[in-house]
Amino acid sequence: MSIQVKQQEIIDEFAIYDDWMDKYEYIIELGKSVPTLSPELKTTERLIEGCQSNVWLATDIKDGKMQFSADSDAIITKGIIGLLIHVYNNESPAAILQAELFFINEIGLAEHLSPTRANGLLSMVKRMKTEALQSLAQ
Amino acid sequence: MAPVPFSVSAIRELFPALRQKVYGKQLIYFDNGATSQKPQVVLDTLQQYYALENANIHRGVHYLSQQATSAYEAARRNIQQYIGAKAPEEIIFTKGTTDSINLVAFSFGERLKPGDEILISAMEPHSNIVPWQLLCERKGCILRVIPISKKGELDLQAFEQMLNERTKILAITHISNTLGTINPVKELISKAHQVGAKVLLDGAQSIQHLSIDVQDLNCDFYTFSGHKVFGPTGIGILYGKEALLDSMPPYQGGGDMIAKVTFERSTYNMLPLKFEAGTPHIAGAIGLGSAISFLQGLDMQAAAAHELELTKYAQGILDTFEGLHIIGEAKHKTSVVSFTIDGMHPFDIGTLLDKQGIAVRTGHHCTQPLMDFYQIPGTVRASFAFYNTKEEIDIFVAALERSMQILGA
Ligand SMILES: Cc1ncc(COP(=O)(O)O)c(C=O)c1O
Repeated sequence: MSIQVKQQEIIDEFAIYDDWMDKYEYIIELGKSVPTLSPELKTTERLIEGCQSNVWLATDIKDGKMQFSADSDAIITKGIIGLLIHVYNNESPAAILQAELFFINEIGLAEHLSPTRANGLLSMVKRMKTEALQSLAQ
Repeated sequence: MAPVPFSVSAIRELFPALRQKVYGKQLIYFDNGATSQKPQVVLDTLQQYYALENANIHRGVHYLSQQATSAYEAARRNIQQYIGAKAPEEIIFTKGTTDSINLVAFSFGERLKPGDEILISAMEPHSNIVPWQLLCERKGCILRVIPISKKGELDLQAFEQMLNERTKILAITHISNTLGTINPVKELISKAHQVGAKVLLDGAQSIQHLSIDVQDLNCDFYTFSGHKVFGPTGIGILYGKEALLDSMPPYQGGGDMIAKVTFERSTYNMLPLKFEAGTPHIAGAIGLGSAISFLQGLDMQAAAAHELELTKYAQGILDTFEGLHIIGEAKHKTSVVSFTIDGMHPFDIGTLLDKQGIAVRTGHHCTQPLMDFYQIPGTVRASFAFYNTKEEIDIFVAALERSMQILGA
Protein backbone atom coordinates (compact mmCIF):
# COMPACT_ATOMS: atom_id res chain seq x y z
CA MET A 1 0.00 0.00 0.00
CA SER A 2 1.42 3.38 -0.90
CA ILE A 3 2.05 6.20 1.54
CA GLN A 4 -0.69 8.10 -0.26
CA VAL A 5 -3.27 5.37 0.27
CA LYS A 6 -2.33 4.82 3.89
CA GLN A 7 -2.76 8.52 4.60
CA GLN A 8 -6.15 8.57 2.91
CA GLU A 9 -7.26 5.59 5.02
CA ILE A 10 -6.39 7.45 8.21
CA ILE A 11 -8.27 10.51 7.02
CA ASP A 12 -11.35 8.40 6.31
CA GLU A 13 -11.10 6.75 9.68
CA PHE A 14 -10.98 10.09 11.46
CA ALA A 15 -13.88 11.48 9.44
CA ILE A 16 -16.36 9.77 11.74
CA TYR A 17 -15.28 11.85 14.75
CA ASP A 18 -16.67 15.32 14.96
CA ASP A 19 -15.94 15.75 18.64
CA TRP A 20 -12.39 16.58 19.70
CA MET A 21 -12.52 14.38 22.76
CA ASP A 22 -13.58 11.36 20.70
CA LYS A 23 -10.74 12.01 18.31
CA TYR A 24 -8.25 12.14 21.16
CA GLU A 25 -9.75 9.09 22.81
CA TYR A 26 -8.98 7.23 19.60
CA ILE A 27 -5.41 8.56 19.47
CA ILE A 28 -4.87 7.61 23.10
CA GLU A 29 -6.12 4.05 22.46
CA LEU A 30 -3.75 3.90 19.56
CA GLY A 31 -0.92 5.18 21.73
CA LYS A 32 -1.56 2.41 24.19
CA SER A 33 -1.44 -0.23 21.49
CA VAL A 34 1.90 0.90 20.01
CA PRO A 35 4.55 -1.46 21.38
CA THR A 36 6.97 0.19 23.80
CA LEU A 37 10.65 0.37 22.92
CA SER A 38 12.72 -1.87 25.14
CA PRO A 39 14.80 0.09 27.66
CA GLU A 40 18.12 -0.79 25.96
CA LEU A 41 16.90 0.89 22.77
CA LYS A 42 16.10 4.11 24.62
CA THR A 43 19.58 5.53 24.28
CA THR A 44 20.53 9.20 24.18
CA GLU A 45 21.30 8.92 20.46
CA ARG A 46 17.73 7.83 19.85
CA LEU A 47 16.25 10.46 22.14
CA ILE A 48 14.55 13.51 20.67
CA GLU A 49 14.03 15.91 23.51
CA GLY A 50 11.00 18.16 23.31
CA CYS A 51 9.99 20.82 25.74
CA GLN A 52 6.69 19.07 26.41
CA SER A 53 7.38 15.40 25.75
CA ASN A 54 10.26 13.17 24.70
CA VAL A 55 10.45 10.80 21.76
CA TRP A 56 12.78 7.90 21.05
CA LEU A 57 13.20 6.72 17.48
CA ALA A 58 14.82 3.43 16.39
CA THR A 59 15.42 2.75 12.71
CA ASP A 60 16.01 -0.45 10.80
CA ILE A 61 16.02 -1.38 7.16
CA LYS A 62 14.85 -4.76 5.84
CA ASP A 63 14.88 -5.73 2.15
CA GLY A 64 15.26 -2.08 1.19
CA LYS A 65 12.26 -0.97 3.27
CA MET A 66 12.39 1.29 6.28
CA GLN A 67 11.31 -0.08 9.66
CA PHE A 68 10.75 2.53 12.32
CA SER A 69 9.79 1.96 15.90
CA ALA A 70 9.34 4.77 18.37
CA ASP A 71 8.18 5.60 21.84
CA SER A 72 7.24 8.63 23.90
CA ASP A 73 6.63 9.44 27.53
CA ALA A 74 3.33 11.12 26.59
CA ILE A 75 0.53 8.91 25.32
CA ILE A 76 -0.97 11.39 22.85
CA THR A 77 2.44 11.90 21.31
CA LYS A 78 2.77 8.14 21.13
CA GLY A 79 -0.59 7.78 19.41
CA ILE A 80 0.49 10.19 16.70
CA ILE A 81 3.79 8.33 16.46
CA GLY A 82 1.73 5.21 15.80
CA LEU A 83 0.09 6.91 12.83
CA LEU A 84 3.38 8.21 11.44
CA ILE A 85 5.04 4.84 11.74
CA HIS A 86 2.12 3.13 10.06
CA VAL A 87 2.43 5.55 7.14
CA TYR A 88 6.19 5.25 6.71
CA ASN A 89 6.94 1.64 7.63
CA ASN A 90 7.59 -0.93 4.89
CA GLU A 91 8.20 1.88 2.42
CA SER A 92 11.37 2.49 0.48
CA PRO A 93 13.62 5.40 1.48
CA ALA A 94 12.94 7.04 -1.89
CA ALA A 95 9.16 6.84 -1.40
CA ILE A 96 9.45 8.37 2.08
CA LEU A 97 11.55 11.24 0.80
CA GLN A 98 9.17 11.97 -2.06
CA ALA A 99 5.87 11.68 -0.24
CA GLU A 100 4.04 14.71 1.04
CA LEU A 101 2.78 14.28 4.58
CA PHE A 102 -0.77 15.60 4.45
CA PHE A 103 -2.89 13.46 6.76
CA ILE A 104 -1.82 15.25 9.96
CA ASN A 105 -3.25 18.47 8.61
CA GLU A 106 -6.39 16.83 7.29
CA ILE A 107 -7.30 15.20 10.58
CA GLY A 108 -6.77 18.45 12.45
CA LEU A 109 -3.61 17.57 14.31
CA ALA A 110 -1.33 20.07 12.59
CA GLU A 111 -0.62 21.79 15.89
CA HIS A 112 1.20 18.68 17.07
CA LEU A 113 3.70 19.04 14.27
CA SER A 114 4.25 22.75 14.73
CA PRO A 115 7.63 24.00 15.93
CA THR A 116 6.02 25.72 18.89
CA ARG A 117 4.44 22.53 20.19
CA ALA A 118 7.85 21.19 21.11
CA ASN A 119 6.64 17.66 21.75
CA GLY A 120 9.39 16.08 19.69
CA LEU A 121 7.15 15.04 16.78
CA LEU A 122 8.35 17.55 14.21
CA SER A 123 11.96 16.64 14.95
CA MET A 124 11.01 12.97 14.73
CA VAL A 125 9.60 13.36 11.22
CA LYS A 126 12.72 15.25 10.21
CA ARG A 127 14.88 12.50 11.65
CA MET A 128 12.87 9.78 9.88
CA LYS A 129 13.57 11.54 6.60
CA THR A 130 17.23 11.99 7.42
CA GLU A 131 17.52 8.29 8.19
CA ALA A 132 15.83 7.48 4.89
CA LEU A 133 18.26 9.77 3.09
CA GLN A 134 21.22 8.18 4.80
CA SER A 135 20.16 4.67 3.88
CA LEU A 136 19.84 5.79 0.27
CA ALA A 137 23.40 7.06 0.35
CA GLN A 138 24.74 3.77 1.66
CA MET B 1 -10.70 57.94 44.32
CA ALA B 2 -12.08 55.24 46.59
CA PRO B 3 -11.84 51.77 45.07
CA VAL B 4 -15.13 50.27 43.92
CA PRO B 5 -16.25 47.24 45.93
CA PHE B 6 -14.80 44.05 44.50
CA SER B 7 -17.13 42.15 42.19
CA VAL B 8 -15.86 39.32 40.01
CA SER B 9 -18.72 39.53 37.55
CA ALA B 10 -18.21 43.27 37.11
CA ILE B 11 -14.47 42.80 36.65
CA ARG B 12 -14.93 40.03 34.08
CA GLU B 13 -16.92 42.45 31.94
CA LEU B 14 -13.78 44.56 31.57
CA PHE B 15 -11.72 41.75 29.98
CA PRO B 16 -12.80 41.04 26.39
CA ALA B 17 -10.58 37.96 26.06
CA LEU B 18 -12.58 36.17 28.75
CA ARG B 19 -15.75 36.37 26.68
CA GLN B 20 -14.63 34.10 23.87
CA LYS B 21 -15.17 30.44 23.04
CA VAL B 22 -12.46 28.02 21.99
CA TYR B 23 -13.32 24.74 20.23
CA GLY B 24 -16.94 25.75 20.80
CA LYS B 25 -16.48 25.83 24.59
CA GLN B 26 -16.44 28.84 26.87
CA LEU B 27 -12.77 29.71 27.45
CA ILE B 28 -11.50 29.16 30.98
CA TYR B 29 -8.21 30.95 31.36
CA PHE B 30 -6.05 29.46 34.12
CA ASP B 31 -2.66 30.40 32.71
CA ASN B 32 -2.27 33.72 34.43
CA GLY B 33 1.18 32.85 35.72
CA ALA B 34 2.40 32.85 32.10
CA THR B 35 0.60 36.05 31.16
CA SER B 36 -2.55 37.85 32.20
CA GLN B 37 -5.40 39.06 30.02
CA LYS B 38 -5.80 42.77 29.34
CA PRO B 39 -8.64 45.02 30.48
CA GLN B 40 -10.39 47.14 27.86
CA VAL B 41 -8.93 50.33 29.31
CA VAL B 42 -5.39 49.17 28.50
CA LEU B 43 -6.42 48.24 24.96
CA ASP B 44 -8.05 51.66 24.58
CA THR B 45 -4.90 53.38 25.80
CA LEU B 46 -2.77 51.56 23.22
CA GLN B 47 -5.25 52.32 20.46
CA GLN B 48 -5.49 55.96 21.47
CA TYR B 49 -1.71 56.30 21.61
CA TYR B 50 -1.10 54.91 18.14
CA ALA B 51 -4.13 56.64 16.64
CA LEU B 52 -3.58 60.14 17.95
CA GLU B 53 -0.53 60.60 20.15
CA ASN B 54 2.19 58.70 18.31
CA ALA B 55 5.52 60.53 18.20
CA ASN B 56 9.08 59.90 19.28
CA ILE B 57 9.88 61.10 22.76
CA HIS B 58 12.59 63.22 24.37
CA ARG B 59 13.54 64.47 20.92
CA GLY B 60 10.93 66.72 19.40
CA VAL B 61 9.94 70.30 19.91
CA HIS B 62 6.61 69.65 18.28
CA TYR B 63 3.28 69.19 19.98
CA LEU B 64 2.86 65.43 19.55
CA SER B 65 6.37 64.66 20.72
CA GLN B 66 5.80 66.68 23.85
CA GLN B 67 2.47 64.97 24.48
CA ALA B 68 4.03 61.54 24.05
CA THR B 69 6.97 62.44 26.27
CA SER B 70 4.63 63.66 28.99
CA ALA B 71 2.53 60.51 28.79
CA TYR B 72 5.64 58.30 28.92
CA GLU B 73 7.04 60.13 31.92
CA ALA B 74 3.64 60.17 33.62
CA ALA B 75 3.56 56.38 33.31
CA ARG B 76 6.97 56.23 34.95
CA ARG B 77 5.77 58.35 37.88
CA ASN B 78 2.64 56.29 38.20
CA ILE B 79 4.68 53.10 38.48
CA GLN B 80 7.11 54.77 40.85
CA GLN B 81 4.27 55.66 43.20
CA TYR B 82 2.62 52.26 42.88
CA ILE B 83 5.70 50.39 44.10
CA GLY B 84 6.70 53.07 46.59
CA ALA B 85 9.99 54.10 44.98
CA LYS B 86 11.55 57.37 46.14
CA ALA B 87 11.99 58.99 42.73
CA PRO B 88 11.08 58.44 39.08
CA GLU B 89 14.83 58.18 38.35
CA GLU B 90 14.71 54.79 40.05
CA ILE B 91 12.27 53.38 37.49
CA ILE B 92 13.87 52.05 34.29
CA PHE B 93 11.71 50.86 31.41
CA THR B 94 12.98 47.55 30.04
CA LYS B 95 11.59 44.79 27.83
CA GLY B 96 10.53 42.73 30.82
CA THR B 97 11.81 40.80 33.81
CA THR B 98 14.37 38.86 31.80
CA ASP B 99 15.74 42.06 30.31
CA SER B 100 15.85 43.74 33.73
CA ILE B 101 17.80 40.87 35.26
CA ASN B 102 20.23 40.84 32.33
CA LEU B 103 20.75 44.57 32.75
CA VAL B 104 21.69 44.13 36.39
CA ALA B 105 23.84 41.06 35.75
CA PHE B 106 25.71 42.93 33.05
CA SER B 107 26.00 46.39 34.55
CA PHE B 108 26.16 45.75 38.29
CA GLY B 109 28.13 42.62 37.42
CA GLU B 110 30.96 44.78 36.04
CA ARG B 111 32.23 45.37 39.57
CA LEU B 112 32.44 41.69 40.49
CA LYS B 113 35.79 39.91 40.85
CA PRO B 114 36.90 36.30 40.48
CA GLY B 115 35.78 34.32 43.50
CA ASP B 116 32.87 36.65 44.30
CA GLU B 117 29.67 34.76 44.97
CA ILE B 118 26.19 35.16 43.53
CA LEU B 119 23.39 33.59 45.49
CA ILE B 120 20.18 32.35 43.89
CA SER B 121 17.66 29.67 44.93
CA ALA B 122 16.62 26.25 43.69
CA MET B 123 13.21 27.62 42.63
CA GLU B 124 14.48 30.23 40.18
CA PRO B 125 13.22 30.29 36.60
CA HIS B 126 15.81 30.17 33.83
CA SER B 127 15.66 33.96 33.54
CA ASN B 128 17.17 34.28 37.00
CA ILE B 129 19.77 31.57 36.48
CA VAL B 130 21.30 32.00 33.05
CA PRO B 131 22.21 35.73 33.22
CA TRP B 132 24.18 34.96 36.39
CA GLN B 133 25.85 31.93 34.80
CA LEU B 134 26.97 34.16 31.93
CA LEU B 135 28.32 36.66 34.46
CA CYS B 136 30.18 33.85 36.25
CA GLU B 137 31.77 32.86 32.94
CA ARG B 138 32.82 36.45 32.23
CA LYS B 139 34.13 37.27 35.66
CA GLY B 140 35.08 33.98 37.29
CA CYS B 141 32.39 34.34 39.95
CA ILE B 142 30.71 31.45 41.73
CA LEU B 143 26.99 30.73 41.55
CA ARG B 144 25.56 29.26 44.74
CA VAL B 145 22.06 27.86 45.09
CA ILE B 146 19.93 27.95 48.24
CA PRO B 147 18.23 24.55 48.58
CA ILE B 148 14.50 24.10 49.17
CA SER B 149 12.38 21.54 51.01
CA LYS B 150 9.98 19.13 49.31
CA LYS B 151 7.17 21.42 50.37
CA GLY B 152 8.76 24.12 48.26
CA GLU B 153 10.11 26.37 50.99
CA LEU B 154 13.59 27.86 51.14
CA ASP B 155 16.03 26.25 53.55
CA LEU B 156 16.71 29.36 55.62
CA GLN B 157 19.38 27.73 57.71
CA ALA B 158 21.33 26.78 54.62
CA PHE B 159 20.81 30.30 53.32
CA GLU B 160 22.42 31.83 56.38
CA GLN B 161 25.33 29.45 56.17
CA MET B 162 25.90 30.31 52.53
CA LEU B 163 26.04 34.05 53.17
CA ASN B 164 29.54 35.42 53.61
CA GLU B 165 31.62 38.48 52.80
CA ARG B 166 32.19 37.19 49.24
CA THR B 167 28.42 37.19 48.58
CA LYS B 168 27.92 40.18 46.31
CA ILE B 169 24.34 39.74 45.26
CA LEU B 170 21.32 37.69 46.25
CA ALA B 171 19.00 37.33 43.24
CA ILE B 172 15.79 35.67 44.27
CA THR B 173 12.23 35.23 43.14
CA HIS B 174 9.67 36.92 45.37
CA ILE B 175 7.00 34.36 44.44
CA SER B 176 7.78 31.11 42.63
CA ASN B 177 6.00 30.80 39.28
CA THR B 178 5.91 27.00 39.52
CA LEU B 179 5.21 26.44 43.22
CA GLY B 180 3.45 29.63 44.25
CA THR B 181 5.71 29.91 47.31
CA ILE B 182 5.91 33.42 48.76
CA ASN B 183 9.47 33.78 50.01
CA PRO B 184 10.17 35.59 53.29
CA VAL B 185 11.94 38.33 51.40
CA LYS B 186 12.20 40.94 54.14
CA GLU B 187 14.17 38.53 56.26
CA LEU B 188 16.33 37.45 53.31
CA ILE B 189 17.04 41.06 52.37
CA SER B 190 18.08 42.18 55.84
CA LYS B 191 20.34 39.11 56.32
CA ALA B 192 21.96 39.63 52.92
CA HIS B 193 22.55 43.29 53.72
CA GLN B 194 24.34 42.30 56.92
CA VAL B 195 27.16 40.80 54.84
CA GLY B 196 27.12 43.73 52.43
CA ALA B 197 25.38 41.91 49.56
CA LYS B 198 22.88 43.63 47.28
CA VAL B 199 19.49 42.03 46.68
CA LEU B 200 17.55 41.68 43.43
CA LEU B 201 13.93 40.63 43.87
CA ASP B 202 12.29 39.04 40.83
CA GLY B 203 8.77 40.37 41.20
CA ALA B 204 7.35 38.87 38.00
CA GLN B 205 4.84 36.88 40.08
CA SER B 206 4.37 39.24 43.00
CA ILE B 207 3.41 42.62 41.51
CA GLN B 208 -0.02 41.31 40.41
CA HIS B 209 -0.85 39.67 43.75
CA LEU B 210 0.70 41.68 46.58
CA SER B 211 1.00 45.35 47.28
CA ILE B 212 4.64 46.20 46.83
CA ASP B 213 6.58 48.84 48.70
CA VAL B 214 10.20 48.70 47.61
CA GLN B 215 11.33 51.06 50.36
CA ASP B 216 9.70 48.97 53.04
CA LEU B 217 11.15 45.78 51.53
CA ASN B 218 14.48 47.59 51.25
CA CYS B 219 15.48 45.55 48.18
CA ASP B 220 18.17 47.07 45.97
CA PHE B 221 16.51 45.98 42.72
CA TYR B 222 12.98 44.89 41.92
CA THR B 223 11.95 43.61 38.49
CA PHE B 224 8.65 42.82 36.79
CA SER B 225 7.03 42.31 33.38
CA GLY B 226 4.12 44.39 32.11
CA HIS B 227 2.36 41.46 30.49
CA LYS B 228 1.86 39.57 33.75
CA VAL B 229 0.25 42.55 35.41
CA PHE B 230 -2.55 43.18 32.88
CA GLY B 231 -0.33 45.38 30.69
CA PRO B 232 1.26 44.93 27.24
CA THR B 233 4.04 42.54 26.29
CA GLY B 234 7.50 43.85 25.53
CA ILE B 235 7.61 46.26 28.45
CA GLY B 236 8.88 45.77 31.97
CA ILE B 237 10.44 47.54 34.88
CA LEU B 238 13.73 47.59 36.67
CA TYR B 239 13.57 49.44 39.96
CA GLY B 240 16.93 50.19 41.54
CA LYS B 241 18.02 52.42 44.39
CA GLU B 242 19.15 55.68 42.85
CA ALA B 243 22.69 55.82 44.23
CA LEU B 244 23.28 52.23 43.16
CA LEU B 245 21.93 52.76 39.62
CA ASP B 246 23.97 55.94 39.42
CA SER B 247 27.16 54.04 40.22
CA MET B 248 26.55 51.42 37.52
CA PRO B 249 27.92 51.65 33.96
CA PRO B 250 25.49 51.81 31.01
CA TYR B 251 24.18 48.52 29.67
CA GLN B 252 23.51 49.35 26.03
CA GLY B 253 24.68 52.32 24.00
CA GLY B 254 22.68 54.45 21.62
CA GLY B 255 20.34 57.40 21.44
CA ASP B 256 18.60 58.78 24.54
CA MET B 257 21.23 57.37 26.89
CA ILE B 258 23.93 59.88 26.03
CA ALA B 259 24.61 63.46 27.07
CA LYS B 260 27.24 64.26 24.44
CA VAL B 261 28.85 62.15 21.75
CA THR B 262 32.16 62.69 19.98
CA PHE B 263 34.22 60.08 18.22
CA GLU B 264 36.77 60.28 21.02
CA ARG B 265 34.39 59.80 23.86
CA SER B 266 30.77 60.05 24.90
CA THR B 267 29.27 61.12 28.16
CA TYR B 268 26.14 59.51 29.47
CA ASN B 269 22.77 60.86 30.24
CA MET B 270 21.41 60.97 33.77
CA LEU B 271 19.09 58.41 35.26
CA PRO B 272 16.79 56.94 34.19
CA LEU B 273 17.63 57.57 30.53
CA LYS B 274 21.19 56.29 30.98
CA PHE B 275 19.67 52.80 30.87
CA GLU B 276 17.12 53.41 28.11
CA ALA B 277 19.11 53.36 24.88
CA GLY B 278 17.22 53.90 21.65
CA THR B 279 13.54 54.60 21.09
CA PRO B 280 11.81 52.76 23.90
CA HIS B 281 8.52 50.88 23.79
CA ILE B 282 6.57 54.10 24.26
CA ALA B 283 3.13 52.58 23.73
CA GLY B 284 4.03 49.73 26.07
CA ALA B 285 5.14 52.07 28.82
CA ILE B 286 1.97 54.14 28.55
CA GLY B 287 -0.08 50.93 28.40
CA LEU B 288 1.63 49.61 31.51
CA GLY B 289 0.91 52.89 33.26
CA SER B 290 -2.71 52.43 32.35
CA ALA B 291 -2.72 48.85 33.71
CA ILE B 292 -1.29 50.13 36.98
CA SER B 293 -4.00 52.82 37.14
CA PHE B 294 -6.55 50.09 36.55
CA LEU B 295 -5.21 48.18 39.55
CA GLN B 296 -5.27 51.33 41.65
CA GLY B 297 -8.99 51.53 40.99
CA LEU B 298 -9.55 48.02 42.35
CA ASP B 299 -9.82 46.85 45.90
CA MET B 300 -6.62 44.83 45.69
CA GLN B 301 -6.99 43.38 49.15
CA ALA B 302 -10.36 41.92 48.29
CA ALA B 303 -8.96 40.73 44.94
CA ALA B 304 -6.09 38.94 46.69
CA ALA B 305 -8.50 37.36 49.18
CA HIS B 306 -10.62 36.12 46.28
CA GLU B 307 -7.56 34.58 44.57
CA LEU B 308 -6.59 32.85 47.77
CA GLU B 309 -10.09 31.49 48.20
CA LEU B 310 -10.00 30.09 44.65
CA THR B 311 -6.66 28.43 45.38
CA LYS B 312 -7.90 26.83 48.60
CA TYR B 313 -11.06 25.68 46.88
CA ALA B 314 -9.19 24.09 43.97
CA GLN B 315 -6.58 22.48 46.20
CA GLY B 316 -9.25 21.13 48.51
CA ILE B 317 -10.92 19.29 45.64
CA LEU B 318 -7.73 18.14 43.91
CA ASP B 319 -6.38 16.78 47.19
CA THR B 320 -9.13 14.15 47.16
CA PHE B 321 -8.04 12.80 43.75
CA GLU B 322 -6.24 9.51 44.00
CA GLY B 323 -2.74 9.58 42.56
CA LEU B 324 -2.71 13.36 42.26
CA HIS B 325 0.18 15.17 43.92
CA ILE B 326 0.26 18.88 44.50
CA ILE B 327 3.74 20.25 43.91
CA GLY B 328 4.39 23.26 46.10
CA GLU B 329 2.75 23.19 49.51
CA ALA B 330 4.38 26.15 51.16
CA LYS B 331 2.58 27.68 54.09
CA HIS B 332 2.56 31.04 52.34
CA LYS B 333 1.64 30.74 48.70
CA THR B 334 -0.26 32.56 45.96
CA SER B 335 -2.83 31.40 43.49
CA VAL B 336 -0.81 28.69 41.78
CA VAL B 337 -1.80 25.02 41.85
CA SER B 338 0.85 22.82 40.25
CA PHE B 339 0.30 19.08 40.21
CA THR B 340 1.26 15.71 38.77
CA ILE B 341 -0.86 12.59 38.40
CA ASP B 342 0.60 9.11 38.71
CA GLY B 343 1.04 7.43 35.35
CA MET B 344 -0.16 10.42 33.36
CA HIS B 345 2.01 12.85 31.46
CA PRO B 346 1.36 16.59 31.99
CA PHE B 347 1.35 17.10 28.21
CA ASP B 348 -1.52 14.60 27.78
CA ILE B 349 -3.57 16.21 30.53
CA GLY B 350 -2.90 19.70 29.17
CA THR B 351 -3.88 18.67 25.64
CA LEU B 352 -7.19 17.16 26.78
CA LEU B 353 -8.01 20.15 29.01
CA ASP B 354 -7.28 22.45 26.08
CA LYS B 355 -9.81 20.65 23.92
CA GLN B 356 -12.37 21.23 26.67
CA GLY B 357 -11.70 24.97 26.56
CA ILE B 358 -9.37 25.17 29.54
CA ALA B 359 -6.00 26.90 29.30
CA VAL B 360 -3.42 25.62 31.78
CA ARG B 361 0.34 25.46 31.51
CA THR B 362 2.14 22.16 31.25
CA GLY B 363 5.81 21.30 31.24
CA HIS B 364 8.77 22.52 33.22
CA HIS B 365 7.66 26.20 33.38
CA CYS B 366 11.18 27.37 32.57
CA THR B 367 12.31 25.89 35.88
CA GLN B 368 14.10 22.75 34.72
CA PRO B 369 16.43 22.49 37.73
CA LEU B 370 13.37 22.63 39.99
CA MET B 371 11.74 19.75 38.06
CA ASP B 372 14.97 17.78 38.44
CA PHE B 373 14.77 18.38 42.19
CA TYR B 374 11.27 16.85 42.30
CA GLN B 375 12.33 14.20 39.74
CA ILE B 376 9.37 14.92 37.49
CA PRO B 377 9.28 15.89 33.81
CA GLY B 378 6.92 18.73 34.51
CA THR B 379 3.62 19.62 36.09
CA VAL B 380 0.19 20.79 35.12
CA ARG B 381 -0.20 24.29 36.49
CA ALA B 382 -3.41 26.19 37.04
CA SER B 383 -2.75 29.80 38.05
CA PHE B 384 -5.65 32.06 38.94
CA ALA B 385 -6.25 35.77 38.63
CA PHE B 386 -8.91 37.82 40.38
CA TYR B 387 -11.21 37.47 37.36
CA ASN B 388 -11.48 33.69 37.77
CA THR B 389 -14.41 32.03 39.54
CA LYS B 390 -15.33 28.96 41.56
CA GLU B 391 -17.70 27.94 38.77
CA GLU B 392 -14.72 27.84 36.42
CA ILE B 393 -12.88 25.63 38.88
CA ASP B 394 -15.87 23.27 38.99
CA ILE B 395 -15.81 22.98 35.19
CA PHE B 396 -12.04 22.51 35.28
CA VAL B 397 -12.37 19.72 37.85
CA ALA B 398 -14.99 17.93 35.76
CA ALA B 399 -12.82 18.28 32.66
CA LEU B 400 -9.83 16.94 34.56
CA GLU B 401 -11.86 13.94 35.72
CA ARG B 402 -12.90 13.23 32.16
CA SER B 403 -9.30 13.54 30.96
CA MET B 404 -8.09 11.17 33.65
CA GLN B 405 -10.79 8.67 32.70
CA ILE B 406 -9.73 8.69 29.06
CA LEU B 407 -6.05 8.47 29.90
CA GLY B 408 -6.44 5.83 32.56
CA ALA B 409 -9.00 3.57 30.87
C1 LIG C 1 9.22 34.43 38.48
C2 LIG C 1 9.47 34.77 37.05
N1 LIG C 1 10.58 35.42 36.69
C3 LIG C 1 10.82 35.75 35.41
C4 LIG C 1 9.97 35.44 34.40
C5 LIG C 1 10.30 35.84 32.99
O1 LIG C 1 9.51 36.91 32.60
P1 LIG C 1 9.58 37.50 31.11
O2 LIG C 1 9.53 36.33 30.19
O3 LIG C 1 8.39 38.37 31.00
O4 LIG C 1 10.86 38.26 31.00
C6 LIG C 1 8.80 34.76 34.71
C7 LIG C 1 7.85 34.40 33.63
O5 LIG C 1 7.52 33.26 33.42
C8 LIG C 1 8.54 34.43 36.06
O6 LIG C 1 7.42 33.78 36.39
